[in-house]
Amino acid sequence: MARLARLQLSEEELEPMARELSAVLDHIAKIGELDLQDVAPTTHVVEVTDGLRADEPRASLPRELALAQAPAVSDEGFSVPSPQA
Amino acid sequence: MSATDIIGLSAAEAAREISSGTLAAGELFEVYRTRAAEHACGAGLNCFTWVASEASAEPAPGEDVAPGTQGGALRGVPLAVKDLFCTENVPSQSGSRILEGYLPPYTATAVSRLRRVGARLLGKTNQDEFAMGSSNENSAYGPVLNPWNRERVPGGSSGGSAAAVAAGLAPWALGTDTGGSIRQPAALCGIVGLKPTYGAVSRYGMIAFASSLDQAGPLTRDVTDAALMLRHLVGRDECDATSLAFPEEIELPSAERLDGIRLGVPEELTGGSAGDGSEGIEAGVLDAFRAALRRAEELGAEIVESIHLPHAPHALAAYYVLAPAEASSNLARFDGVRYGLRKMDPAHPGDLLGMYTRTRHDGFGAEVKRRIMLGTYALSSGYYDAYYGRAQRVRTKIAEDFHTAFDQVDLIVTPTAPTVAFKLGEKTEDPLAMYLNDYCTVPMSLAGIPAISIPCGLSDGLPVGLQIAGPAFSENRLLEAAHALERALGFDGSPTRVNGTTA
Repeated sequence: MARLARLQLSEEELEPMARELSAVLDHIAKIGELDLQDVAPTTHVVEVTDGLRADEPRASLPRELALAQAPAVSDEGFSVPSPQA
Repeated sequence: MSATDIIGLSAAEAAREISSGTLAAGELFEVYRTRAAEHACGAGLNCFTWVASEASAEPAPGEDVAPGTQGGALRGVPLAVKDLFCTENVPSQSGSRILEGYLPPYTATAVSRLRRVGARLLGKTNQDEFAMGSSNENSAYGPVLNPWNRERVPGGSSGGSAAAVAAGLAPWALGTDTGGSIRQPAALCGIVGLKPTYGAVSRYGMIAFASSLDQAGPLTRDVTDAALMLRHLVGRDECDATSLAFPEEIELPSAERLDGIRLGVPEELTGGSAGDGSEGIEAGVLDAFRAALRRAEELGAEIVESIHLPHAPHALAAYYVLAPAEASSNLARFDGVRYGLRKMDPAHPGDLLGMYTRTRHDGFGAEVKRRIMLGTYALSSGYYDAYYGRAQRVRTKIAEDFHTAFDQVDLIVTPTAPTVAFKLGEKTEDPLAMYLNDYCTVPMSLAGIPAISIPCGLSDGLPVGLQIAGPAFSENRLLEAAHALERALGFDGSPTRVNGTTA
């Protein structure tokens, strides 16, 4: 699961994490008690109609600004280790 | 005006003094700036992670308001802002090591709206990392101390904002609430905190925790200030597709009576037992809550006992599926590529995956990792229906419960938090005990409805919060009722302002 979440957990972190997560999952199991057949899921609580803005071209964040906080930059782009490495 | 007199002014009063010319904006800003700086970056109550420099007392060119507009209503009033709001070229770290020193290229809509009417950015306030916590102990920049008692937590996640307002280090503050993060710290610090209707305030520029729940709102000394700040916060923003035009102007409240108002007391959220073997709401909190209800009755309100929110006991469980699930996707952006921390795996220095996992290992704190794990699990294939799908259905039932309840009553009242401020370290070993702090606030979050916490008394010398909730977009009614009660309760928040003054 940690790998799926792109998290590295040290040996010392694993045991308490597993213990704490099982306690929380035990509590979460409460939602299994309810009869929820024919209940629609809620994805958005307040009705939004016409949430779209006009589709007009506009300036985006300038490249220098977008790159200003990057840990590594090369060729006017974000620099990362090669995925094939 | 002496510094003590200046600190004694509410934000609304300070704005009035400035516009009438009896108080200079620069003087007001400097008094607060000096105080805030004494409680920043590990010193004092540790409320601030960044404080404005002396020069920023003056408006930046082009920042001030056009004369003759409605703008300028908050001219010169200093504003403390929770760290997770992006502020252009000002550190915005969301309480996390992974964003240490991050300088955003733009400012959050909520902040720019207040600045547009003249508010001045005083400082950025400490918070639980990515707003995950109820005690402010999950901040990478150290815990915030409660100005009522420095051995106690201020609540969270907007703990720095709440403690700063209570200690008179800022006239008011901007916070965010996902499951109680404005209301609970407001309650524990003896101030007012309002979570607006979901969508009332733009989320643009807020570093996201759980997008379907996050909402910005005011932390203030009194209800009038909460209304004043909210008035300038609400409105549709085309940068946030979930934001909505507020259907009416937010009025400054004036009610002194509650005649004809039906206040419902939900049995599920006001009992001595919260289930799960927890102790439920502690006796001192219930006493203060009951005393406030008697006051409300004297003001003409009708107290409707034992209304029901049958699914409220399941709200916390649903919340701890939905919020971590959304967090696990929102926090995927912190990978060491575009901003923030980057760490390579020393064993595989050229490895991309190793860079992701190492960066996140070093950059995130324990609670954030816990929630990412929980959320990733809840969204993983094979478990999605059992967790996320079910939790969304519970959410529907909770919203229906409130609908039904609001057919019988105008507003719903509960204690804001089950306990008064607890000791630092008391609940850090037991995440579930920490989560139970949000027992009374999470149901309103899931339903997207507005709720306000006002101080209603003391228990063991520590403040108790009263929560008042109403239907979506009922903020004006909520503020009127809170205002009437606030006047009748006469809570005195001034003692903590002494604690914010260095001896």
